[in-house]
Amino acid sequence: MPNADPYLLAMTALLAALGVTIIYRLNPDDAFRQSLWIVLGVALFALTLLALRRDYRVLEQYKYLFGLGAVTLLALPALPVVGQTINGARLWVRIGSFQFQPGELAKILLIIFLAGYLREKREVLAQGRIKDFGPLFLIWGAAMVVLVQTNDLGSALLHFGIFLAMLYVATGRALFAAAGLALFVAGAAAVYHYVDHVQQRVTIWRQPWTEDPVFCAQTGELALRQECGSYQLVRSLYSVANGGFGGTGLGRGTFTGTNGAELIPFLKTDFIYSAIAQELGLIGAAGLLLVFMLFVVRGMRVALMADDGFSKLLAAGLTFGFALQTFIIVGGVLRVIPLTGITLPFVSYGGSSVIANFILLALLMLVSNRASAFR
Amino acid sequence: MNRAISRLAVTGTALMVVLVVATTYWQAWAAGGLNDRQDNQIQRVAQFTIERGWIIGRNPRTPLARNAPRKVGGRTLYFRRYPAGGLVAHVVGYSTQSRARAGLERSRNDYLTAANRNLSTVVGKTLDELRGATIEGNDLMLTLHLRAQAVAMRALGGRCGSVVALEPSTGKVLVMASSPTFDQNVIERDFSAIDRIQAPCRPVAPLYNRATYGLYAPGSIFKVVTAAAAIDSGRYKADSRFNDPGYCEVYGRRVNNYDTTSPFGDVDLREALQYSINSVFCNIGKELGALTIIEYMKRFGFYSTPPLETPDNERAPSGLYQRNRLFDPDVESDVDAGRFAFGQERLLVTPLQMAMVAGAIANQGMVMEPYVVDRILSPSGGIIQRTRPDDLGRAVKPETAATVAGMMRLAVESGTGTAARLPGFVVSGKTGTAETGVAGTNNAWFISFAGRAGQRPKVAIAVVLEQQNGTGGQLAAPIARDVLQALLGGTANS
Repeated sequence: MPNADPYLLAMTALLAALGVTIIYRLNPDDAFRQSLWIVLGVALFALTLLALRRDYRVLEQYKYLFGLGAVTLLALPALPVVGQTINGARLWVRIGSFQFQPGELAKILLIIFLAGYLREKREVLAQGRIKDFGPLFLIWGAAMVVLVQTNDLGSALLHFGIFLAMLYVATGRALFAAAGLALFVAGAAAVYHYVDHVQQRVTIWRQPWTEDPVFCAQTGELALRQECGSYQLVRSLYSVANGGFGGTGLGRGTFTGTNGAELIPFLKTDFIYSAIAQELGLIGAAGLLLVFMLFVVRGMRVALMADDGFSKLLAAGLTFGFALQTFIIVGGVLRVIPLTGITLPFVSYGGSSVIANFILLALLMLVSNRASAFR
Repeated sequence: MNRAISRLAVTGTALMVVLVVATTYWQAWAAGGLNDRQDNQIQRVAQFTIERGWIIGRNPRTPLARNAPRKVGGRTLYFRRYPAGGLVAHVVGYSTQSRARAGLERSRNDYLTAANRNLSTVVGKTLDELRGATIEGNDLMLTLHLRAQAVAMRALGGRCGSVVALEPSTGKVLVMASSPTFDQNVIERDFSAIDRIQAPCRPVAPLYNRATYGLYAPGSIFKVVTAAAAIDSGRYKADSRFNDPGYCEVYGRRVNNYDTTSPFGDVDLREALQYSINSVFCNIGKELGALTIIEYMKRFGFYSTPPLETPDNERAPSGLYQRNRLFDPDVESDVDAGRFAFGQERLLVTPLQMAMVAGAIANQGMVMEPYVVDRILSPSGGIIQRTRPDDLGRAVKPETAATVAGMMRLAVESGTGTAARLPGFVVSGKTGTAETGVAGTNNAWFISFAGRAGQRPKVAIAVVLEQQNGTGGQLAAPIARDVLQALLGGTANS
């Protein structure tokens, strides 16, 4: 990859290294596993580069296969035998002792499908005839149904955001994005009314603290909300606040009680940002976000430089997906948006996430290599 | 297509900017509020990672609050221990995991946790943080004389009351005892044990620092203030003569002496204080007027919360009270000046305030600012702050103070306070038995100061016992004598 963007890989290494460091600080065993996942991720990264070294655009030919694959992967956790429910969301597939989250990989397959399909249909789509949107809505609708079914709201939001962004890039019509957004708001309002899980998330987001005890669904008793439904979010915010400007320093943050019990659940996955913010402070957390921002800028630059529609759409979709995923989880942790569980790319603990993101990186680098080589 | 991608790039970047702004908000803007929240478990635990400074007393120099380190989850946490138990519980206070704090543990928390803005503390703490070392707080060296404190607690013996002893020339608090007391080590483990503490008074309220927060009717000890006002205003002299019929008429009603059967007849002011004759002070009060007496009270520090390092809401101002609030009358007719002058009316005072009155008389009329923290030490032993004695202004002229001191000396030598006599020392004092209206519920008072003959007094003291049957001379004066002996003996040695 002589002509690939020189920054993307370096920034990824930085993010992965920081992630392993923090995970090591929280639990050395997990850090070891995470390192193995990173090794595997890098292997798949290399494999992807090798397999597609001639021309990655062959992917375009199999776009419907990818679309189907994405929906299948998303549907897997909902299947009886292999599916597993963890933390109220049905995201896991378990085969023997091996379990993984197919949603992460589905994201990439969906982006490839959208890039291929939108490239082909962008002219007709731009005319705005409903029938041209058929297959698009079909695949996307199926994905949404599955996501809502599995209670995986973060992924639903992510996939919908990617879809809108790519549609906008393909057609250049902001109206579509706006209409999509309106559709989403309407859909969200409907879901809000009918799904308790969603209602709860929004209530927690709007009022994490209560002065008086309110009904607590988990215990069935009256309790302050910060000690019941919103305790994860509230403690995560306390963790962030404790960091202050300079942070407590690595290894000196407070994550366990005086009896050694964990104060913040899912710290190494969903809440890794609040761990980083406490130990590295505003300086470290802002630095981390800056790396994410640079990654987004470089990724978009790849999209701009690419000379064909598929490449542009692919790079823009992958990059925006990366940005949106970061925003959904960090924004959730920081109470900018309702909190939904999703991983922080390259940083959070989790094999599926690490592997999927390394493949994402491989695709971005393939596009950038080709784009620079042909200039 | 490129235009759309550019816009998407801006959107993606903007999302990251939103996150940076949100992080800044929580870590800089809202951090203080979140850290102060009662339910903040992170802070509750984080405070244990700091090696809190010790609180140390004098004579003997022993810790009153120290730390017990314990390894939890690979980290050392420092739990608070109070080796002296209930000896100085009210001044030292407590610091617990539930974040409740009291006493110096609360008011000096920023020094004890190295969170203060002192330059050397900030530098030291920052270096500790950079090195990854445990943050060590500053130690507090108190002025308290622990042997005398123990004597005072023993003398109070579980009865409800308080002893406050000051060094008149500096305002150093040497003894600050409040009874009933509690064991600070119990607070964390079993708070309900505090509710089970028994004492012969209502309310028991073991957590209150009676020395600074207990408000009592002063009774005759207030005559010291009246006498000082009478002489300092130039209206009376020590040998001004009075006739005591055994009572005094206030608004047409008789106010009796403690013993009405044998009126003293022709006496001077000196004898009136010596034998605590109500009728004389009643007439002085009517003559001086309540407003003049209040003016002098304010000079002694009444009507404002006495300064001390303990938290503000653990101290109360002394003065006239009406419906539980401090009452500063504008017109003479609002107050019964006659009863006021010998310490009745609606007058309520704290033991600390009365010790300040005794201290001012002993210190030639100057009121000194009381303090209990002598110095604050850095972990390496360097002095971060040393308290310099400061005065609160002059209450009375030196001549007045000398005259009143002489009168108080007579009261101990051959008056109501003979129980406080201490061989080898000059003790001056004034007894008080404040009637609270119900039999067996008198406040027994004694205020005093003492030193070697020919030297300036070394100790000023106030003792109160609440809800008692006996008089101040019988009950409070012996306690004062014991504590004075412990202090003066100790001072002579060192």
